Amino acid sequence: MALIEARDLNRTFSVRRRGAGRRDVVAVRDVTFDVEPGEMVGYIGPNGAGKSTTIKMLTGILVPTSGHLRVAGVEPSRDRRRLARQIGVVFGQRTSLWWDLPLRDSFDLLHRIYRTDPARHRANLAEFVELLALGDLLDTPVRQLSLGQRMRGDIAAALLHDPAILYLDEPTIGLDVVSKGRLREFLRALNATRGVTLLLTTHDLQDIEALCDRVVVIDHGTLVYDGSLPGLHEVGGSTRTLVVDLADAAPPIAVPGADTVRVEGPRQWLRFPAEASAAPVVAAVAAAYDVADLSIQEPAIEDVIRSLYGSG
Amino acid sequence: MRLYVAVARGSFRRYATYLGATVAGTFANTVFGLVLCFVYTAVWRANPEAGGYDVADALTYVWIGQGLIMVVAIWGGGSPDDLAARIRSGDVAIDFYRPVSILAWYLAADLGRAAYHLLSRGVVPFVLGALLFDLHRPSPSGAALFLLALPLAVVVSFALRLLAALSAFWLLDDTGPRSLLGFVALFFSGLTLPLVLFPDGLRHVALVLPWQSFVQLPADLFLSKRTGLDAVAGFGLAAAWAAVLLLACAAVLRRAERRVVVQGG
Amino acid sequence: MADLAARVLEPVVDFGRIARLWMRATMAYPASFWMLAVSSPLTTGLDFVALVIIFGNVDDLGGFSLTEIGFLYGATGVGIGVADLVVGRVGNLGELVRTGRLDTMMTKPVPLLVQVCADGFALRRLARVLQSGAVLAWAATYVDWSPARVATTGAMLVSGSLIFAALFVGMSCLQFWTTDTAEVANGFTYGGNTATQYPLTVFPVEVVKALTFVLPIAFVNWYPALYVLGRDDPFGLPSWLQHASPLAAVVCLGACALAWRSGVRHYTSTGS
Repeated sequence: MALIEARDLNRTFSVRRRGAGRRDVVAVRDVTFDVEPGEMVGYIGPNGAGKSTTIKMLTGILVPTSGHLRVAGVEPSRDRRRLARQIGVVFGQRTSLWWDLPLRDSFDLLHRIYRTDPARHRANLAEFVELLALGDLLDTPVRQLSLGQRMRGDIAAALLHDPAILYLDEPTIGLDVVSKGRLREFLRALNATRGVTLLLTTHDLQDIEALCDRVVVIDHGTLVYDGSLPGLHEVGGSTRTLVVDLADAAPPIAVPGADTVRVEGPRQWLRFPAEASAAPVVAAVAAAYDVADLSIQEPAIEDVIRSLYGSG
Repeated sequence: MRLYVAVARGSFRRYATYLGATVAGTFANTVFGLVLCFVYTAVWRANPEAGGYDVADALTYVWIGQGLIMVVAIWGGGSPDDLAARIRSGDVAIDFYRPVSILAWYLAADLGRAAYHLLSRGVVPFVLGALLFDLHRPSPSGAALFLLALPLAVVVSFALRLLAALSAFWLLDDTGPRSLLGFVALFFSGLTLPLVLFPDGLRHVALVLPWQSFVQLPADLFLSKRTGLDAVAGFGLAAAWAAVLLLACAAVLRRAERRVVVQGG
Repeated sequence: MADLAARVLEPVVDFGRIARLWMRATMAYPASFWMLAVSSPLTTGLDFVALVIIFGNVDDLGGFSLTEIGFLYGATGVGIGVADLVVGRVGNLGELVRTGRLDTMMTKPVPLLVQVCADGFALRRLARVLQSGAVLAWAATYVDWSPARVATTGAMLVSGSLIFAALFVGMSCLQFWTTDTAEVANGFTYGGNTATQYPLTVFPVEVVKALTFVLPIAFVNWYPALYVLGRDDPFGLPSWLQHASPLAAVVCLGACALAWRSGVRHYTSTGS
């Protein structure tokens, strides 16, 4: 049985308009998908597309207007507290830690309210403290932690009770490059060693590339894509760009499988489909020209999604 | 000057957006007003001349009190709360580098707030009270003096609230001083009970403290209990408190500024 | 059986744990902590000071003496004090909705209401219970006690606490729909407390009937106190009302549970 089972999920909000009474707005429309144990799924879409609404239904915060929803075998909004033991939730912008108290106190309270086995809690705590480099921070009041430190604390807090699913809402927002890298590494290891299922919403395509084998795209409340990241590029007709620095200025390069779209002195830009391998294009260019340097530019997530709509 | 008028107007508009809070608060004030009216009716039935008031005076006093709670911010709140939040977050350092007076800026904002609360949470309970009970009809001069006393009450209250907020520079958290101030204001403003009912000794003390200008003085002007020289003396006392307290605010602000500048925020 | 005990006990234990953490958090600012510890009992005591001052101007109020009114005052004060201590923070619900903290609470394995009420717990709210309790104890020395009167007083204090608790929670549910209406609940709870600090004989009979049959605040002290003080109902209402406080509490709790459930199911969270 799938760990997350969503069938024809709908959520409508009644919105009050100035002087014009109330109007129903569909935030999520007929969304259907399954997530199997151990998957790492990126849930993406423009602002206001219905990402948060979906996550809030999956976590039991919002009651679906209609449709069928099972997470870890329970109906989230009806059985919120049982579900809570199965899931960990991190909302990137806010913390669930005690602001004026040391990190250690928050962890200790979570241990007690989840009634985690003491030995299990100690082992988990030791492991997360080690992997997330929290050792020196345990006795620091949360209000004195940096954003990145707090995020690490929040992620440890969400995992201490061994949840089967971890929801992450914009986990890398506001973090510096090094912190982002470390966090992604941790999440990958978490999935590999513990089999924790990961569902994350993000604006950062690199999060998806580093972590997710599967992408679900939502826009205007409707699910518009569910598949692999390369597949998304294919459907969306997105392209990657090979930037070639030649030893000398030359006429536009002509190789099979790529179009030269721009020439500027010795530098040329070749566009090829994102899902295709770069290797044959690189080989063809290297065989025929005197190459000084090569680099590949990845498409931006917004462009991919935009082209998805352009073509659909 | 133009700047501060704009600040006051902006503050007025900001409070005007919390319509739900205004309606809910007006409801609560009205409930309290109703309860107190029945209680005071019983008190003045038992003693028709208590405190030198008649029953209409007492009921009018109730609705003046309920109407002024938010205008004078007797419980606390208003722009000093905004400043306290900026002190906690450290944003106050920016305020010090602005070429405007912090004191005047926050005072203007609080006057704007008070104007909004006068027109909403002040007028509505009073009108409801006047519809339900036989209230004292003020003389033109009484009404005029009453309105003149309000800005003075707001300034005195503002200076006290600001002093409590400024304690956050040293304590990091101003809830303690704020709640102490709220307690004193509640009792000595005459909101809990008209000061005129207080036993002699306590009454004499209460009538020279700054808080008497919050409710007791405006009410006595409205009820024409204080006229002529007596009214002038009331204004003089309130104005003297306003001046002393504002000077104290300025002095504390200067010390705080030195502290912030030395610590670099 | 053990399972049932755990289901009842666990939320209580969790409330204690969360509350204790918040008390520790308030100690992060010791100066404020001590000033609040001083000002809270003083503030709640003001109403009684006002009563005493009123009795400096009159000999009786609504046909009741100061000791009798002290009994009423103490009883309603203990009731709202206990309720405020345990569930009073539910008045902050709108703030939890606005900041999104309610969402976070909904993903924890502790009943939502327990988390909301334990959030920001402060022991200083015990002040009202102690101060009102002291007045009640003083007034009790003037009562002609019998076993039945003792039992009625006990039932009155428990029922009063439950009625006020139900009002706090029930009226705060409005904030699931409109987050800035905390004051409406205050109008009912603290307004109800203020009204019952005085003998209900100061109100017109319509108001008394409303406080009996519509919003049953009169049961927190008035009816049981009439029995304990050995007074006939001044409005001629049936005497069984004097023992109906537990029933009123059950009705209030039922209505409150319905309001809370419907509030949680209609909750729409913030923004996106």
